[in-house]
Amino acid sequence: MASIKKIGAGVLGVAVIAAAGAGVWAYQTLNTSRSAVADDTLTLAEFTSEDQDAIARGEYVMRAGDCVACHTRGAGAFAGGYEIATPFGTLVSSNITPDVETGIGAMTERDFFNAVRHGQGSEGMLYPAMPYTAYAKLTDQDMHDLWDYMSTVEPVSNPIDENGGMRFPYNQRLAMAGWNMLFFDNAGFDGDPEAERGRYLVDGAGHCSACHSPRNELGAEMASAYLEGGVVDGWYAPDLTQNPHVGLGGSTAEEIADYLRTGSDGTSVAAGPMAEAVEHSLQYLTQEDALAVGSYLTSLDASDVAPVAPLSLETAEMQRAADDYEVNCSACHGLAGEGITGMVPAFAGNTAMLSNPTGMIHAMLKGARAPHTGVLQTAAGMPSFAWKMSDAQVAEILTYVRNNWGNGAAAVDPAAVAQMREDLGAREKIGTPTN
Amino acid sequence: MANERPKADVVIVGLGWAGSVMAEELTRAGLNVVAIERGAWRDTSTDFPPAVDPDELRWHTRRELLQPMSVETTTFRNKTGQTAAPVRNWNAFQFGWNVGGAGTHWAGMSWRFLPWDFEVATQTAERYGQERLDSLMAEGLQLQDWGVTYEEMAPYYDRFERIAGTSGKAGNLNGERIKGGNVFEGPRERDYPTPELKDTNWMRMYRETTEGMGYNPFTIPAGNISQSYVNPLGVTMGPCTYCGFCDFHGCGNFSKSSPQACILPALMRRPNFTVLTETEVLHAVKHEDGKTVKGVQFVTRDGEEGFQPADVVCITAYQMDNVRLMLLSGIGEQYDPTTMRGTIGRNYNYQTCSSVTGFFSGAKMNPFIGGGALGVQIDDYNGDNFDHADLDFIGGAGIMGYSTNGRPIANMNGIRPGNKRWGSEWKEAYARDYQEVANIFCQGTSMPTRDAYLSLDPTYKDRHGQPLLRLTFDWNRNDKSMIDYATEKAIEIMKEAGGEDLMVDNQAEAAWNPYKQHSSHTIGGLVMGSDPSTSALNPYLQSWDCHNMFSVGASAFPNNGGYNPTLTVGALAVRAARAIHETYINNPGPLVEA
Repeated sequence: MASIKKIGAGVLGVAVIAAAGAGVWAYQTLNTSRSAVADDTLTLAEFTSEDQDAIARGEYVMRAGDCVACHTRGAGAFAGGYEIATPFGTLVSSNITPDVETGIGAMTERDFFNAVRHGQGSEGMLYPAMPYTAYAKLTDQDMHDLWDYMSTVEPVSNPIDENGGMRFPYNQRLAMAGWNMLFFDNAGFDGDPEAERGRYLVDGAGHCSACHSPRNELGAEMASAYLEGGVVDGWYAPDLTQNPHVGLGGSTAEEIADYLRTGSDGTSVAAGPMAEAVEHSLQYLTQEDALAVGSYLTSLDASDVAPVAPLSLETAEMQRAADDYEVNCSACHGLAGEGITGMVPAFAGNTAMLSNPTGMIHAMLKGARAPHTGVLQTAAGMPSFAWKMSDAQVAEILTYVRNNWGNGAAAVDPAAVAQMREDLGAREKIGTPTN
Repeated sequence: MANERPKADVVIVGLGWAGSVMAEELTRAGLNVVAIERGAWRDTSTDFPPAVDPDELRWHTRRELLQPMSVETTTFRNKTGQTAAPVRNWNAFQFGWNVGGAGTHWAGMSWRFLPWDFEVATQTAERYGQERLDSLMAEGLQLQDWGVTYEEMAPYYDRFERIAGTSGKAGNLNGERIKGGNVFEGPRERDYPTPELKDTNWMRMYRETTEGMGYNPFTIPAGNISQSYVNPLGVTMGPCTYCGFCDFHGCGNFSKSSPQACILPALMRRPNFTVLTETEVLHAVKHEDGKTVKGVQFVTRDGEEGFQPADVVCITAYQMDNVRLMLLSGIGEQYDPTTMRGTIGRNYNYQTCSSVTGFFSGAKMNPFIGGGALGVQIDDYNGDNFDHADLDFIGGAGIMGYSTNGRPIANMNGIRPGNKRWGSEWKEAYARDYQEVANIFCQGTSMPTRDAYLSLDPTYKDRHGQPLLRLTFDWNRNDKSMIDYATEKAIEIMKEAGGEDLMVDNQAEAAWNPYKQHSSHTIGGLVMGSDPSTSALNPYLQSWDCHNMFSVGASAFPNNGGYNPTLTVGALAVRAARAIHETYINNPGPLVEA
C-alpha cells in the first residue's frame, strides 16, 4: 500500500485534474466519433447474431482481450464481481452479460464501442483498470465481431456496485475524464493491423503494457518505459524488451509463442496474474498470432538495465541458503536449478527472475500455481513457505537462486519480505522450540 | 426423491486409481460423469508439498491420509463359528480417505501379474495334470481362472503404465527375453515409459549376490519415476528424489504415480466431470424390477442424504467396500461357505509374505536413500516360474532386496537381536544398525479357499447404522508351504550376501491377524470370471446380476499374484471403462451371455 503522504499527493493531483477536466472540454480525449460505424438502434438484449463466422471471430477477440478473466467470478460467465485492488481502493468488475437490468443488455452497439474503446460506459466514465486504453486500438471489424459474440452470452442477473469500494475522490467517475485527458491516447491503431499483427495484438486486445509497463503515481503507464516491467497486485511483470540480462534478450519468437500458448517456454513457467492470462486468454491464440507477438517482442529495443555482478556464495548466509535450498526447493527446482521442463521453472538461465523480486517473494509466502493449458495439463503448484521460513530465510534463498548457476542480481531485502508478508496477510513462521 | 441431483451417464463411487482411470476414459469419450468420494480433496502443493510430506509422525505413524476407524472398520475372525470382533486400531488395511484414494498413499510397486496368475486352474491342470488340480480343490482351495488372459490384459497394462509413467526395464519384449529385465514377465509390446531406478548399495549387493547364485535379478518396476515425463493426458511428472517417504505419504514433487500426479489435473478441467467430495455412498438403489439400478443414495459430510441418478453405476472403492456396497445394495447373492452358493464375498484372499533381515558389520547402507518401490527382485520362485512337480504347493513369491525407506521412527526396532529396545544401549545399537541392516521380502501368491469369505456382520454397524463387513480368513496349507519354501530361499540369499544375525518373520506361521501383516494387499470377494455361478462379475467387470453395475478393484481378483495389485487394478479399470463407452452405452445389457 502506498504511504499516506503519497496518497495525499494523489488526491490533490486528481482534484486539480478533475477541475481542469470540467473547465476545459478536452475534445480529442473524449471524442467518440469512431463509434459512428456502429449501430445505435438495437440493444444487446434485442440483438441476436446469426453470423456464425463473426461469432467465432468475436470469441477469438474476446479470448485475445481476456474479457473473461476480469468479468467472470462466481455468478457465471461475464456476470462480473471480480475484485481488483488498486492503490485507490477496490474496484469490482461489471456484469457484461446481455441482462438489461444488471448487465449491458440496454447498450446499443455504439454504446458498446464507446465503452470498450473510449472508456465511456453507461454509468459514466470507466476506470482504467478496464484496459480501454489498449482496446482503443481494436479495429472496427474486431469490435463488430466482438459485439456479435456478446449477443450469444447467456444473460445473468447480478447487480454490481463497481466503484463502491473506491475512496473519495476516486469514486467520482468524472475524475477519470481528467485522467483520460492526461494519459489516454484515444486514437486507433497507428499502423496496418495485418502487416503489424504482433504489435496490434500486444498493444490492442492483449493489453500487455497494462502490467508490463511501469505506472506512475496516478496509475498511468509510463510510455517512456514501454514493456520494461511493472509491479501489479503484488507480482512483478517482467521486462519484455530485448534486454539480455533481465528481459527477453535470449528468447526466440518460437519460445515466446510456446510460453504464451502453453504457459512455459521450457525454462520459466507463468504464475500469478500471468498464469491467469495464459489460461484464460493466451493459450487460445493461433500459433500464427503467438509467433507474431513473439516476433514483435523480439524486435523491441533493449531496456538499459545493466547486468549485476553475481554476489559471492561463499558467505555463511549463502552456505546456509544452499542447505535450505537443497532441503526445501531442489526436489522440484533441481540441484542445478534446472526445474522440470514445462512444469516447474528453472532458475538457471531464467532472466525474468533477476530483476524485481516481488513475484518471487509473493510465491514464497503465498505459493503460486502454473496455468492449466490444453498442452501442459499439470498446473503444478508451488507451496507457501510462510509457515516454515523467516523473512531472512526467504530473502537468503531468493538471493541464493538469483546469484547461482550463472545468475547475478541484487540481494533480496528481508524488510521487503516482511512488508509483503504483512501486505498479503501471509502467516507468520511457526514457533520452533529451543533449548 | 428428495435431494435428487441431475442425472449422470455414469456415477463413480470412490475416486481412487480405479475411479480416476474410469472417469478419465469415460469423460474423454464424451460421457457425463459424477464421482462421489468419501474423503476430501487433496492436492500435492497444498496438502503434502516437499516441506510437509516427509513428516513421518503425521503420515506414517498417525496415518493422517488413511480413513479412521471411527468412520468405518471391519470385523474379523479366522474361521466360521468364531464371533468376529471389530478391528479398532491401525492395521493391515489402508482404506483411502481422500480424492486419489489409496493411490495417493501407496508405495508405487508397479507390477503386471504373470500370465499364470490369470489362469491358475487351467495351467495347473495342463502342467501337472487334472488330478493335481482336483486334489488341491478337494483340500479346500477354490481355484478358478479370471475369464481374461494376460494376452488380453496386455494392452490395458500398457495404457495404465503410460498414464502412470512407470519406470522399469523390459524383460520380455514381444517374446524376446532381455537380461536385466524380468525375464519371467509376460510379453510386452514396448519398454516402460521411463527407465529403471538406480541401485542403492544394498540393491547392488543383492543384485550381484543373486546373479552369482544363478538367478535373474532385475529392478522392480516403479511408480516412483526415474525422470520427468509427460503422460498421454499431457500431465507432467517430476523425477523421483529417492526421499523414501512414499507409502502412507503423499508425494510432494509429482514423482509418485497417483491420481493427483497423473490424472486429476486433466480430469478436473473437463466440463463433463463432477466430483462430490466428503460424500459417502450408502448403497445403490434398484429399479422396481430389481434387474438394474437407477443410481446411488449418498449422505454428505453434514448428514444430508441425497440421490444421484445414473445410467451406469461403477463401484470403484477400496476392495472391502466394493464387496460391502454390493451387499448393502442387495445385488447378487451372499456367498455361503457351507452350500458354496452365492458369489458376493467369495474367494477372499490375501498375500502370503515373509521377511528376512540381516546385518552387515561396518556397512553403510544409507537407507535414507529410498523409494517406495525401490528394490531388486528375483522372480525365479514366483508364480509357476519353477517346477512344482515335486513340491507340495502351487504358487510362489517374488523375493526382493529392497530400499524402500529409511524413516527414522519406523526403523527404530530394526536392530540386531539381543540388543535392548530402550535406553542408551538401544540408541547406540540404532545408530549402528540403521546403517548396517538390510532386508529381503518374500511377497507371495495367495490362493482362495472355500472357507475364506466376506459377509455383513450380524452385530456391528457403522455410524449410519449399516452393518460392517465381516472378514473370515486364515492362512491355508498350500500358501503356508509355499512361503516356507520361499523363505528358505531368501535366507540362503541373505547368508550368501554376507548378512549375519538373521531375523526371520514368516507371517503364515501364526494365525492370520490384521495387526501383524507386512502386506496390505487384501483381495477378492467380488471376483471376475466366465462362470456366473463362481464369479460376481463377468470378464468386463460387469455384475452378472445387474447389468448396469460395474465394479473395479482388487476385489475382482480370484487369487493373488506374488505382486502388488495396483497395476492390475488400473488395467482392469481401463478395460471396464472401454467396455462401457465402446459397447455398453450404445447397447445396454449383459456384455457376456451367462
